Amino acid sequence: MSTTTPSAKRPFGVGARLRRKEDDRLLRGRAEFVANMRMVGMQEVAFVRSPMAHARLLAVRKPADAADRVFTMDDLDGVSPIVANSGLPGFRSAGQYPLARDKVRHVGEAIAMCIAATRAEAEDLAERVEVDLDPLPVVADMLQALEPGAPLVHEHWDRNAFLETRVDDNLDDVKRRAAIVVTRRVRTARQSMAPIEGRGVLAWFDSRLDQLTVTSATQMPHIVRAGLSECLGIEQGRIRVVAPDVGGGFGYKGILLPEEICLGWLAMKLGHPVRWIEDRFEQLTGNANCREHHYDITGYADESGRLLALDCDAVVDSGAYSSYPFSACLEAAQVSSILPGPYVMERYRCHTWSATTNKPPILPYRGVARTGVCFALELVLDAIARKAGREPHEVRLENLVQADQMPFTNITRKYFDSGDYPECLRRAVAALDIPKWREQQKKRLPDGRRVGVGVAMFCEQGAHGTSVYYGWGIPMVPGHEQCQARLTPDGMLELRIGAHSHGQGLETTLAQVAHEILGIDPARVRLIHGDTAVTPYSTGTWGSRCMVMSGGAVASACKVIAQRVRSIASHLLEAGADDLVLEDGSVRVAGTDHALTLREVAHTWYRQPQRLAADVDPGGLEATSGYKTTQDTGTFSYAAHACAVAVDDELGAVEILDYVIVEDGGTLVNPMIVDGQVYGGAAQGIGTALYEEMPYDDQAQPLASTLADYMLPGATEVPAIRLEHMETPSPLSVFGQKGIGEGGAIAPPAAIANAVNDALADLGVEITESPITPRRVLAAIAAAKRGAS
Amino acid sequence: MKAPAFGYERAHSVEEALLFYASGDEDAKYLAGGQSLGPLLNLRLARPSMLIDVRSIDELRECTQTPDGLVIGAGVTHAAIEDGAVPGPVGAFLAVIAHGIAYRAVRNRGTLGGSLAHADPAADWVSTMALLDAQLDVRGVTGERQVPAESLVEGPLATKLAPDELVVSVRLPGWSAAARFSYYKFNRKPGEFADAIAGFAYDPERGVCRAVIGATDGAPAVIADALELLAAAEASEAAVTAAGFEPGSFEHHVHAVALRRARDRLIAR
Ligand SMILES: Cc1cc2nc3c(=O)[nH]c(=O)nc-3n(C[C@H](O)[C@H](O)[C@H](O)COP(=O)(O)OP(=O)(O)OC[C@H]3O[C@@H](n4cnc5c(N)ncnc54)[C@H](O)[C@@H]3O)c2cc1C
Repeated sequence: MSTTTPSAKRPFGVGARLRRKEDDRLLRGRAEFVANMRMVGMQEVAFVRSPMAHARLLAVRKPADAADRVFTMDDLDGVSPIVANSGLPGFRSAGQYPLARDKVRHVGEAIAMCIAATRAEAEDLAERVEVDLDPLPVVADMLQALEPGAPLVHEHWDRNAFLETRVDDNLDDVKRRAAIVVTRRVRTARQSMAPIEGRGVLAWFDSRLDQLTVTSATQMPHIVRAGLSECLGIEQGRIRVVAPDVGGGFGYKGILLPEEICLGWLAMKLGHPVRWIEDRFEQLTGNANCREHHYDITGYADESGRLLALDCDAVVDSGAYSSYPFSACLEAAQVSSILPGPYVMERYRCHTWSATTNKPPILPYRGVARTGVCFALELVLDAIARKAGREPHEVRLENLVQADQMPFTNITRKYFDSGDYPECLRRAVAALDIPKWREQQKKRLPDGRRVGVGVAMFCEQGAHGTSVYYGWGIPMVPGHEQCQARLTPDGMLELRIGAHSHGQGLETTLAQVAHEILGIDPARVRLIHGDTAVTPYSTGTWGSRCMVMSGGAVASACKVIAQRVRSIASHLLEAGADDLVLEDGSVRVAGTDHALTLREVAHTWYRQPQRLAADVDPGGLEATSGYKTTQDTGTFSYAAHACAVAVDDELGAVEILDYVIVEDGGTLVNPMIVDGQVYGGAAQGIGTALYEEMPYDDQAQPLASTLADYMLPGATEVPAIRLEHMETPSPLSVFGQKGIGEGGAIAPPAAIANAVNDALADLGVEITESPITPRRVLAAIAAAKRGAS
Repeated sequence: MKAPAFGYERAHSVEEALLFYASGDEDAKYLAGGQSLGPLLNLRLARPSMLIDVRSIDELRECTQTPDGLVIGAGVTHAAIEDGAVPGPVGAFLAVIAHGIAYRAVRNRGTLGGSLAHADPAADWVSTMALLDAQLDVRGVTGERQVPAESLVEGPLATKLAPDELVVSVRLPGWSAAARFSYYKFNRKPGEFADAIAGFAYDPERGVCRAVIGATDGAPAVIADALELLAAAEASEAAVTAAGFEPGSFEHHVHAVALRRARDRLIAR
C-alpha cells in the first residue's frame, strides 16, 4: 500500500486512487485508433518488403496495368533519407531511405508501396510487384559483425559498428586484492515489442490550410513533425501530426517511421487520404527491434562479497539503421553509464559496441538498456554471493548505496536524488519470506519440482533532461516542458500538453494535478494532447518523464491560472487576492462563505468584461507556462524484485510461485495507476525472462512470424504480483514524484534467472541467457552433468 | 495480412456440401470453425477459390452412443466436448483433453473434424483419436470410406484425405467401463501447441493397452500393445527412439519424460 494520501482539501489531488477518466471510452470500445478512422476517398497502402536480409536491389518491376498505383524510392522526388546521427565521437553515419535504394539491409525493409481501395487488394497488387535482389553475404550476429573481414552492412564504413564507447580505469590494484573474481558471458535475446495496436498511419492533404496532416499511432507527434519536415523538405508549419488513441507504445512508437514519410509524400502526390495499418506479420518479421545484448562481464569482490570493481565488454545488436530520434547508439552508450546499478564500487571499466547487423534497427523498449544491464549485473552478484557462501540479498545490502549517503553521485556520475535502497530490499526479502522457501527447497514441492528464490534490484533514471541528452548529440534534446491551460467560459479547464498518453493515464493524473492546484473537480478537466496543431512542443512520451515533466508543466500553468482567478475574484469579492483560497471548484474569501465558483469567474471574464477591474491582467484565463526540474539529472526511482520459482528439472519448465515488488516512485500522484504501470511492466519483464524471443537463422531470417511462434506471456503466465510502495519524495520535482513508467519491466529477468539458478545450484547449473526456455534449462543441466562427470 | 478473394457457400447438409464441391473447381475448401484455416487464409498460405462452410450441417453436430461404441460428429466443437457432449468414461476423458486445447474462445469455434483434417502433428485430437483407435467416417464426391485415425496424418498439415472428402464423424470403439485413460501434454503455456504429447488407454476387460507418442514430425506413433511399456518405465526411452526421435536430442528427452508421466498418471488412476 502507498502512504501518500490526498489532503482533506484536495480529495482528488496528489495521492488519490482516482479511477482512470480515459477508461470510460477505452473500456466501452469508444476509443479512436488509426484503424477505426474512415475518410472519404481513402485508399489503403500495402508495402512490398524485402524477403532477404542483405542484397543488392537491382530492379523493381511494376505490373504494367497498375504502374500508377505502385511507388518506389525513385518516385519519391524530393524525399531525403532519415538521418539520426549521434554527436558522440566516432559515430558512423548512414542514412535510411524510407523505401530501399540500391540495397536492402534487413528482412522486412520496405521496397515499394502499393495502393488500392482495400488492404486486401493492395496486397494483391504487392504480390504482383517483381523485385530483383542479388544476395550479399549476411551479417546475422553481432559478434560476427565485429570480426575483421565481416561483410559490411554499410559499405563506406570500415567496421560494422555505429559507435564504440570506452569508460577506462586502472583495475590492477583491485585485481590484486580481490578474493572473489567472477566472469560471465551473458546474452539476452532479440525481442519484438508487442503493443496490442501495431503502427498505423493515415495521411491527407488539406489544401485550404496548405497542410499535410499525418495521423499516426505515435508517442511523439512533435518529433515526428520535425522529422517529416526534414525528410519531406517542407516547413514544419505545413505539417500537422495527430496522435489519436494509441494502443500501447513502450518505445515501439517512439520513432519517425519510414512509413510516415512514404504516406506523407503519397498524400501530397495524390491529393486523397491514404492509410497503412501495420499487421502482426509485418511487425514480427520486419520489426523485432529490441533488447539484444551480449556481455563479457567480470565482477571483483572481497571475500565477503563486497564489490570492488566491474569490468565489462558489452555489445548491443543495433541492427541495420539508426532510428530517429534516439539513434542506434543510445542503447549501448546507456549500458556503460548505467551498468553499476544502485551499487557502490571503487573501480569501473566498460567498453561498448553498437554493432551493425542485417536486422531491424534497434529501438529503446520500456526500461531501455536497463533490463539487459540489470540481468548481467545481478547474475554476477549472485555468483559472487555463492562464492562468498552468503545469501544473495545479504551481499547486496552491503553493496547498495546506503540511505545516509543520499543524495549520491555514483561511479558513472549519476546523481541518485533520494531513497533508501537497502530498506527497499529488506522489505522485499521479508515479504517473500525467504526462510520459508529455503525450507521448501530442502523438501522440494510435492510433485517433485525444485524450488529457488531470487532477488534483483535496479534504480531508474526518469525525466532526465537537457544536460543529459545534449551530450548524446542526437536529433532530440528535451528542454522545458510546457502546458497551456485555459478556463472555458463555463468554467471547465482545458489542459494542452505536447506529450501523449497511451496507457499512462495522464488524462487522469494531470487532472489530479490541476485539482491539487486549483481545487477544480477532475471531471471538469479535459486533457488535449497528441496534436501538433493545438499543443505546445514536446519531445513526447518516453523515458518515464511525463508525470514529472508534464505534471510540472500543468502545475505551473495552473498556478498562473490560479493567480489570474484570484485577481479577477478579488475585485468581484472585494477582498485581497492573498485572502482568497481556491477549493471545491470555487474561489473563496478565506474563513468565510463569501465565494464565487470558477464558472462564475470564467463567465465574468469572457461574457461580462464590464464587471472586471480596469487594471485586470489582460492575459485572462488562458496561460502557457513551462517547467523544468530544479536540476535535470533525473529522478531515480528504484525497486527490489524478489521471487520464488518452481523448476521442473526433467522438462526445464519454470513456474513463478510468488513474486514481490517493493518500489519507490517518490510521491505517488495516483497509486492505483502506479500499480498498473508496475504490473504491466512486470508482465513484459516476465516475457523477457521466460518467453519472448525472435530467433534468426544464419541468413538473418526471422523465424517467428506469428504470435504462435513469438510467445508472449498471457493471463496464465503472469502471477498475482504482490506490490509494496515506499515513497521517498524526490527533491527535484514539484510534488516529489519520480518517473516509474518503465521500472516493472527491468528486474524480472534478473530476479527469475537468479531464482532458477538458485533452484539448480546443487547441480552446478547457471543460466546466463534469456529467455529461460525449457530448451536452455535442459541444455544447461546436460552441460553441467557433462562437466561434472 | 488479408486473405485474397474467394467465393463462399454455406451448406446445410453433407449432400449439399459435396454438391458445392462437385460444381466448383478443384480449389474449394471446407470451412469449419476457421481457427486454423482463418490464419492460413490471412497469411495467404491457403488460397482456396471457394470456401464451403459446413457449420450449419446439423448431422455433423450429432453425438450418439451405438452398440459398438460412440459416434461423434465432425462438427462438434471442442467446447461442446469440454462441456460433456460425449457420454460415458470416454467422454469424461475427452472433456479433459478438450479443456486443454487453446482458450475457450478458440474452443467455442474449433471443431473435432477441423482439427483432424488440419493435421497439425501437435494437435490434441490427432494424438487422442489415434490413441483411442478411432475411425473417421469420410464422404467424398464419389463415395464414402473409413480412415483409421492412427494412419490419417501423413506429415505436417498433410492427410490421407482427398480434397473433396468431408469428415462426417469420428467413430470410437466400445471401451469398457473398466477402461482407464491418461494423457500428458508438455507445452510452454496454455493454448500453445505441444512440445510433447503422450497418452495411455488401458482396457483390462477387452485386453487392450495402447499408448501414443504425439507432437512428432508427422503421424503420432501408436504403440498398439503397450503392456510392456506400462510395466516398465525404462521402456519409455526405447519407445521414443522407435518413434523416430534422435536419442540425446531435446525432443527425445521431453517425449520420454511425457511418456513416463502419462504412464505414472495411468497407474495412479
Ligand atoms: C490461438 C489458438 C490456439 C490453439 N491451440 C490449440 C491446442 O492447444 N491444441 C490443439 O489441438 N489445437 C489448437 N488450436 C487449433 C484449433 O483446435 C482449431 O480449432 C483446429 O485445429 C481446427 O478446427 P476448425 O474447426 O477451426 O477448422 P478450420 O480452421 O475451419 O479448418 C481446418 C482445416 O480442416 C479442413 N476441414 C474442416 N472441417 C473439415 C471436415 N469436416 N472434413 C474435412 N476437412 C475439414 C479445412 O478445410 C481446413 O483445411 C489452436 C488454435 C488457435 C487459433
